[in-house]
Amino acid sequence: MITHELEPAPSPAGGAQPSGAAGGTLTRVASALRLDRRYIPVIGTLVVLLGMFALGASRYENFLSGRVISNLLINNSYLVVLAVGMTFVIIAGGIDLSVGAVVALSGITAASLFQSGWPAVVVIPLVILIGSVLGLVVGVMVHVFEIQPFIATLAAMFLARGLAYVVSLSSIPITDETIVWLSSTRIPLGETWSLTPSGIIALLVVAIAFVVLHYTRFGRTVYAIGGGEQSAVLMGLPVARTKVLIYVISGTCAGIAGFLFTVFSRSGYSLTGVGMELDAIAAVVIGGTLLTGGSGFVLGSVLGVLVLGLIQTIITFEGTLSSWWTRIVIGALLLAFVVIQRLLLVRRRV
Amino acid sequence: MKDALTTFTRSRIFWPVVALVALLVANTLKTSSFLSVRVQDGHLFGALVDIARNSSPLLLVALGMTLVIATRGIDLSVGAVVAISGAVACSFIASSPDPASPVTVLTAVGIAVGLSLVLGVWNGFLVSVVGIQPIIATLVLMTAGRGIAMLITGGQITTVNSPPFKTIGSGFWLGLPVSVWIAGLVFVAVAVLTRRTALGMLLESVGINPSASRLAGVHARTLIWTAYALAATFAGIAGLMISSNVMAADANNAGLFIELDAILAVVIGGTSLAGGKFSLSGTLVGVLVIVTLTLTVTILGVPPSVTPLFKAVVVIAVCLLQSPVVRAKLAARRRPAVVAPVPAKVGA
Repeated sequence: MITHELEPAPSPAGGAQPSGAAGGTLTRVASALRLDRRYIPVIGTLVVLLGMFALGASRYENFLSGRVISNLLINNSYLVVLAVGMTFVIIAGGIDLSVGAVVALSGITAASLFQSGWPAVVVIPLVILIGSVLGLVVGVMVHVFEIQPFIATLAAMFLARGLAYVVSLSSIPITDETIVWLSSTRIPLGETWSLTPSGIIALLVVAIAFVVLHYTRFGRTVYAIGGGEQSAVLMGLPVARTKVLIYVISGTCAGIAGFLFTVFSRSGYSLTGVGMELDAIAAVVIGGTLLTGGSGFVLGSVLGVLVLGLIQTIITFEGTLSSWWTRIVIGALLLAFVVIQRLLLVRRRV
Repeated sequence: MKDALTTFTRSRIFWPVVALVALLVANTLKTSSFLSVRVQDGHLFGALVDIARNSSPLLLVALGMTLVIATRGIDLSVGAVVAISGAVACSFIASSPDPASPVTVLTAVGIAVGLSLVLGVWNGFLVSVVGIQPIIATLVLMTAGRGIAMLITGGQITTVNSPPFKTIGSGFWLGLPVSVWIAGLVFVAVAVLTRRTALGMLLESVGINPSASRLAGVHARTLIWTAYALAATFAGIAGLMISSNVMAADANNAGLFIELDAILAVVIGGTSLAGGKFSLSGTLVGVLVIVTLTLTVTILGVPPSVTPLFKAVVVIAVCLLQSPVVRAKLAARRRPAVVAPVPAKVGA
């Protein structure tokens, strides 16, 4: 039950096909190490991540401390959750542009409900549910009305952002005890390492998503739809249900991310999360998921988020570099990864 | 006559036109002077002129987007190109010894449009030669582009004081705003090039089936490359208009989300994101709907906070009305009666 039957089998080691440039070399190295070729993009991400850690450690003192690495996960916990949801959508060949706006909507709703004195037990599930419902709306638009995912989620983005503006235009601080506790608690692990409740929630989401995507029938249907929707239909897989569910999952993840971001910033603001969907997509792509669908891993997306976070950390450590270099470096990395993936794809077709 | 009417009501452009007319009627009911255009200082003034002027940058971007989408692509980077073009032009003018001289402004315009063309060629190279999916290839520039624009302006909002530059965004010529003339000229040029020559058909053939058109001897690679180059060039011109309108280059906010508005305009205009057949007049109507919608919200006195919600509802309504399922249902219902009133239900 563990194997991914839907993936093409790796070619026999030492195949004698003519090799492209970098792709060919990579594949040869992989086959020499008896690695499944599907893992190459993820391993590439891991290599980049380790390289960045090495670069940071060689340039700055205290870079490789538990505190820096813990903060990497803690400060990006919401993006991890977003990227996990996005992974499902992209593997199935779709895209979700609405997640950034959903983060803002669930954040501002939470803040406004706390302001009117609602208890956290009610508010937290409610704001996550908002994401699920919006995801359901998108799923229905995509599947029943056959609107392209790009346009359907774009409309959902306007809708969520519009609703967020209606709730409140100004930033609302949160004084609720539960949220304050969640945002100020740090669980020490050993000398310098620590974890926050947000980090734990993010790791939980990753674990659940990993199991669902790789070890369940639903997960394999997601891969099948991305690999070829018509074939999936002909195979008798529940394509309709799965396609709607994928957007519900992405919406729910966006709702959870909105909640985590609220905890992180201890306030709600309707303008948060502008462009966050692009960060999530970039993380997923850097994590080795193909945008054409059918191939990718949850853990790869987590690595992608860590790479993005580490770029930010290094630029902060550097001190003299301006913040906009972050965007340029992310763009360059994105380009490098996409070109490498392309070379691998060309190689696969040969 | 009746046949023509039926053809029109069945065409994809029907609902967007209805939406546009409905918006104009709503505005006229609210303010009776809405449709009036008066002459002042030899210039035309009025709400309709405002709509035309506000539409110009979006129309330019949407035109390029239509061509790109026709080749089965998409260009997410146009917003970043708008920012870069504005940043380059304003920085050049601000640092020149004589900001008010037409030569300075013309050089600035030349550099900005030239750089936009280079960026478009870069996008086209990634898509047509390297073979990266368009959405990702242009995502690279979309992500990095605003960073580059910030780099050019040094992270600040560069303001300029140059009357010739101001003309591009807010000047008048023969009674009409200069920006309308520019956008109109580009529209006519693109329309003539694609519809009076075989170019449009070739673009569509590339979008419908790239391999088949290549086998039939169409230079698919050159065509796709050209489409991206044109899209970025038009976005560069739009960037000049936007920065000239406020006489400043704001690397963070200039052209923010204009790519989404442009894609929306193209889709509302009936061009499918799946590529192939495209409609320039549809795009024009789509742009007008979006711009009029924004203006309507102000005129109707809807609080600004509700604007995006209003926009979302209209967009969802138009998209749902255009979806294959609804169109099939409507067609089936319309066959017995000639024109059955259709309740425009919104939302799911």
